[in-house]
Amino acid sequence: MSEKRYVARSTAIASRVLGDETMVMSATDSTLFTLDEVATVIWEAADGATPLEEIVTKKVCAQYDITPEVALKDAEVLVEQLAKHGLLLLSDKPIAQPASLPRETP
Amino acid sequence: MSSLVEEMVGKALQRGIPLSVQLDLTYRCNERCVHCYLDHHDHGEMTTAEIKDLLDQMADAGVFYLTISGGEIMMRRDFFEILEYARARTFCIKLKTNGILIRKKEADRIVSLGVESVQVSIYSHRPEVHDAITKLPGSLAQSIEAIRRLRAHGIHVIMANVLMVQNVHDYHGVKALAAELGAQFIIDPTITPMMDGDRSILGLNVDEAALREVFQNEALTGNAEEFCAPPQGPDAEALDAVPCSAGHTACYVSPYGDVYPCVQFPLPSGNVRRMKFADIWRDSPQLKEVRSIKLRDMPTCSQCAHGATCTRCPGLAYLEGDMRGPSYQDCEKSYAKTGISSEYLEARKASPQPQRLQLVQIQGLQHAAQNLTARVTESSALGA
Repeated sequence: MSEKRYVARSTAIASRVLGDETMVMSATDSTLFTLDEVATVIWEAADGATPLEEIVTKKVCAQYDITPEVALKDAEVLVEQLAKHGLLLLSDKPIAQPASLPRETP
Repeated sequence: MSSLVEEMVGKALQRGIPLSVQLDLTYRCNERCVHCYLDHHDHGEMTTAEIKDLLDQMADAGVFYLTISGGEIMMRRDFFEILEYARARTFCIKLKTNGILIRKKEADRIVSLGVESVQVSIYSHRPEVHDAITKLPGSLAQSIEAIRRLRAHGIHVIMANVLMVQNVHDYHGVKALAAELGAQFIIDPTITPMMDGDRSILGLNVDEAALREVFQNEALTGNAEEFCAPPQGPDAEALDAVPCSAGHTACYVSPYGDVYPCVQFPLPSGNVRRMKFADIWRDSPQLKEVRSIKLRDMPTCSQCAHGATCTRCPGLAYLEGDMRGPSYQDCEKSYAKTGISSEYLEARKASPQPQRLQLVQIQGLQHAAQNLTARVTESSALGA
């Protein structure tokens, strides 16, 4: 990993954690997505301030039997896909969130 | 409904999650529609703080789809404060409004807050008909202007056309208007009783011939032959199916904090000023009773040929006096669709019903609970 990547949930989405899954809807085109258990962990941790690598090691690898290298590779694919649909913001710098930052259910 | 939405609704049902809630912010309105089922006086609406707390509770309970309705939602001065708070809790929000108070500033704000859709009732493409229904001169022009503003920003707008005797021939015109404005068109051919039990406005419902014309219109219903096919009678799967989402994955909260299974099902089930939303959703005896009812528990409908295909509304059945009974209005619709009558429809035609059955909206929860207890006791006695 050469550079840190930061991820933040877009404000133009609707989302809700249902059990171990998450429903996410794009407010721009009403397309609905569901995230599985591991993707939900990354989604909930995507606060714009924590680097993706740290999310993977501290949240994903701490809960699941997977190596950091494999987990990070999978996480990179996931966040790229979510960013492509406008659900996540990606940056090589911390992402400032507006005051009305979408808050997930604890 | 897309397969993914169906899948999530199925999971919500399994997990007991209230996926969808309609929250009415107020019953006050700047129109006075002839068919409206609400009492427009303010009897003590929830405060801004109470509504924000409720939104927090609903988000924590798993509510995803939030319909914010009324009355006219923009009659509340804190409407945008509430909407902004709801969006911060990441609800998928649908607004229902007449649009009259949506000017440029309000349209811009709605756009910036990212609502999923805005539904506006349009009764006719002709001002003299629409304005006579709303009793507000100039209301059609103002509602259309609001739709134009919202559409200019790419907002998904739904034009809802409630069909009644006054506008029975105008839905073609409203549909064409929706197409011109780039809005989705939906039609609702059901006038419901007032929430206080007054059934006098049911006289505004269109007749069977008009209903049949709507059901046979393939531009509205798709394949008319399939849509209006003769009923096959309920099979074992249909007898055990969930009748509708009311109380199962959906509920309604009034401006006064009362929780009901659905906006059309005014069975008092709790009040969020006295109990937590999640506790009401999970433990309310009334909601538990609603959830326990399957088609096979309905003595009349389980024996009816239309049982599996009827759009029976349990709320309308409740308003007729028995949530396990038929809904006469839906019996009429099944007949208009298929041309095949039912025993209940024939019996009801022979014995007209009173114009007022019960004062549902102002019936206290305690009174409703007593009725429920009495009914359960009576059932036990019969069973013994």
